Amino acid sequence: MRTWPYPNEMENREDLECDVLVLGAGVSGCFAAIAAAQNGQKVILVEKGSVIHSGAAGTGFDHWESACTNPCSNVTPEEIAEAYVDEQDHYSNGIAHYIECREGYDRLVDLEAWGGKIRDTEGEFAGADFRDETTGLLFAYDYANKFTLRVWGSTFKPVLLKRLRQLGVRILERTEACSLLTEHRDGKMRGTGALCMNVRTAKISVIKARTTVLAMSRPARIWLFDPDMMGLSEFRPPQCIGTGHAMGWRAGMEFTMMEKSVKAEFSAAGRSFPPYSTGNNHNTWYAATMVDARGQEIPYVDRDGKELTSVRERYYPAKGQKFFLKGGVIDDPKYAYRGPETLPFDELMRRGYKLPFYADLSRMPEMERKAIWGLMVGEEGKTKIPVYRSLSERGFDPERHMLQSYGNGWQSASFLDQERQLFGAPGGVITDWDLKTSIDGVYACGDMLYAMDCAGAACATGHYAGRKAAEASKTMSHGTVSEAYIQNEIDRLYAPLRKEDGMDWRELNKAIAKAMQNYCGGVKNDALLEQGIALLQQYRTEAVPQLYAANPHELSRVHEVLDILDVSEMILEACRMRRASCAPLNFVRSDSDASKTDAEHCYITIHQENGQVMRKEVPLDFFGNLKEEYEKHNPEVHA
Amino acid sequence: MSIWTAREIPSSNRPIRFDASLCIGCNRCVEACHMDVLIPAEEKGSHPEVLYPGECWYCGACVMECPKEGAIRLVHPLMNQTRFVETMQEES
Repeated sequence: MRTWPYPNEMENREDLECDVLVLGAGVSGCFAAIAAAQNGQKVILVEKGSVIHSGAAGTGFDHWESACTNPCSNVTPEEIAEAYVDEQDHYSNGIAHYIECREGYDRLVDLEAWGGKIRDTEGEFAGADFRDETTGLLFAYDYANKFTLRVWGSTFKPVLLKRLRQLGVRILERTEACSLLTEHRDGKMRGTGALCMNVRTAKISVIKARTTVLAMSRPARIWLFDPDMMGLSEFRPPQCIGTGHAMGWRAGMEFTMMEKSVKAEFSAAGRSFPPYSTGNNHNTWYAATMVDARGQEIPYVDRDGKELTSVRERYYPAKGQKFFLKGGVIDDPKYAYRGPETLPFDELMRRGYKLPFYADLSRMPEMERKAIWGLMVGEEGKTKIPVYRSLSERGFDPERHMLQSYGNGWQSASFLDQERQLFGAPGGVITDWDLKTSIDGVYACGDMLYAMDCAGAACATGHYAGRKAAEASKTMSHGTVSEAYIQNEIDRLYAPLRKEDGMDWRELNKAIAKAMQNYCGGVKNDALLEQGIALLQQYRTEAVPQLYAANPHELSRVHEVLDILDVSEMILEACRMRRASCAPLNFVRSDSDASKTDAEHCYITIHQENGQVMRKEVPLDFFGNLKEEYEKHNPEVHA
Repeated sequence: MSIWTAREIPSSNRPIRFDASLCIGCNRCVEACHMDVLIPAEEKGSHPEVLYPGECWYCGACVMECPKEGAIRLVHPLMNQTRFVETMQEES
């Protein structure tokens, strides 16, 4: 067995200081750091992986949703943001959606200025229905309203990295954020920085900051875990497991909608195939021609059930409809926003269509085929090499072959009800209009936010949070950090590395996932939730002290599972706090208290205070009128 | 202080395959992998070692950053290789 190739820096603690600290360098964190640096702040950016391709959109993304201010758009930011809020029954992040709709296109223009590709400069798609001939911008979904763009997202992370370097942002790569540092001042809690660890050398960095931006991902590996193919357990990158949520929860930050989970849609470790690699007609593959096992074409219908006779009609609203919504978090939209879709699966079975189904791009006009196979499949995250190149190398030719569908929907998978995921706008941090969390000086963006959407929203909210954190930083002094707390944290973090042998982190992750499937599955009730909390507590006292790591890489995986344990407890507690079933949150109780249904038509927030879990209620439309509030909070942008 | 070891954690799959005749041992893939599943070879110039194959996310960042075409390949687990067939004419 080899010795570890990187130096041992356990004793080389480093103390750093900056104005704005950004934790997580996916697209959101990169934009936060850039915005703060452009505002004249000294910025440190912390990333567990390597910035060039890290994060959920690190190897690309194909759709830029809700770019309502692009020069070809026929909708306003208000129309689309309000439609999203309505579509999600107001359990929706109006603030984040509005920022996305209002500022998203500006971020695309930034990316282009720094070298990213956002338009068809070579005329590859000249004459296509979805191309604007003046600007070269390409549109997806609703060709009449032109607010979702097709973009070359694989070019974005490298140019963000280049820009960060130009601005002199100090980047700590291969460094995991472990804990938030806070202090109590004037009766309020305030963030003062973070404690981080290098995942190759175990070097500790204590970073003092005036303001901090949390730009980490949403929790994962809560219900789904495969110890053999851990990397394929979930949809997002395996080290995106909700560390930001865990450190916020430990520090006393307020979260909402953590009781929401959905039956899983993606886990390529058995239940499904690699995302976007199967025949389907959703998202990246919209609006592919689908056929059944006999080669019979599957009809598309408009929202009134009228059969569409041409491919072109799949991209236009129904008669009398202003626009339709499609995209990452839109599954089964309300009538008002429903776009063209293939007939429902049950109806197809009734009419005698035969499984399996296939996507047959050969029957589509050339430009539509090239847009799906080559642009969308190619630029969407995890498609350039894993799908486009892999399938091409195996001989797939979209003009000669059709690609099989599995299961009965675009998930291409068949999950059980207790196999759950935080997907489709799940819970997260609740903020004010500055994207400031309940802890002073700490901001959140991207997947950290509750009911968050896709990559464009991550970029837009990242930039916004970075800007707000920079403005606040200018008015704040550095806080204090508790040396006793830091020492405790270092002991906690290093403990598995100081042992000779012990439990593998995968054993605990698998046990947590099984516990969550058993006690927090599709249908909740108090007796089971309480058992779940008790079992996780037992794991905390009995299993956690046994955890062992042979090197800092394994140690970082141990830390992830410790965070997963915290997040799982937060989810169980959030479920206990909602007494009645709530359909928009996919929250079902067998012991639902119907008398609470109306009273609980609100956000329930939870946070920890002196070891107790505290519950609060927040009205659904706490963010107010989107346009008015945005302009009030952003007079300089508005002007 | 104990000596850290680079013990390989085996998986049933081999997600990353190197062609030793093409790889120049530049370790750009090691630096691009956000899961850090690779470590540099002990011998300078040789291809990196896949220490944590089970942790691969199959994103292809390693292939995207490789300067030598064909030196590194991403291979899905057998069960995850989607089926495709020749197109057929619609039955009348």
